[in-house]
Amino acid sequence: MTGAIWNLLLGLAWVLLSGDFSGLNLLVGMVFGYITLVLIEPHLDSLKGYPARVPRMLGFLGFFIKELAQANLRVAFDIITPPWHMQPGVIAMPLAARTEMEITLVANLISLTPGTLSLDVSDDRKVLYIHAMFLDDEEELRRNLKEMEHRALELFR
Amino acid sequence: MIDFIKGTLIIVGALLMLLAAVGLLRLPDLLTRMHATTKAAALGVILMMLAVAMHFAEVSVAARAFAIIVFIILTAPVAAHVIGRAGYFVGSKLWSGTVKDELRPNYDPLTHELKSGMETQENAKRQPRDADPD
Repeated sequence: MTGAIWNLLLGLAWVLLSGDFSGLNLLVGMVFGYITLVLIEPHLDSLKGYPARVPRMLGFLGFFIKELAQANLRVAFDIITPPWHMQPGVIAMPLAARTEMEITLVANLISLTPGTLSLDVSDDRKVLYIHAMFLDDEEELRRNLKEMEHRALELFR
Repeated sequence: MIDFIKGTLIIVGALLMLLAAVGLLRLPDLLTRMHATTKAAALGVILMMLAVAMHFAEVSVAARAFAIIVFIILTAPVAAHVIGRAGYFVGSKLWSGTVKDELRPNYDPLTHELKSGMETQENAKRQPRDADPD
């Protein structure tokens, strides 16, 4: 968090000093700020882990967009073709997320991808109940969900 | 080139919204309908907003388009979850082709207790929490 604020501040400083108030220039400033933070990370404890987190976050964004597009195509295909290929069902997914914040994040990400909808969390918060549209390959689906959870949690730990 | 990208984004976005509407009519039960409407429609709005930001290419418009995208991403899954959950627990029928339901046997409609199926002897009893509405 401190790292992100410093990165933003360095980007703003760049914008002020170069005198070009545009979004693109802010982006350039933040890239330079990021490089600065990478260079001074070994000397400051409060920055620990921030430089490694940024590429992970970008990687997660790419992964999520890919999942989103794939799942959307699949649901779309099933809607426009007359026979139903779907096999909907409710499955229980054991959660690796522990805090409320993490569970919220994981549940929302799962809800956001088409084909899966988080229904409820068990009272002891160990299991997330998910309504899935395509259960023909349950193992594959569970593996995908687990991978998404794993990648999402990595961003915050 | 940029015109081509803008056009593609708008057409794909509109198609996704059309699909969401068709899905709303065709799909057999509440939960599958939630799949179609919220997500396809949300993605459609996102693509259209990207096209809008590209078309005007101004900071003020792009910032607003970006804000719309962020709020859609924040609110769409929450709405889908709340509607789906409420519908499920109120007892809306699942489609006859539903292959499995791992929630029903773990849910007690009288106490509204939802087990995880992973209880051990000592934590089997539900612990009341401060956050409970009742």
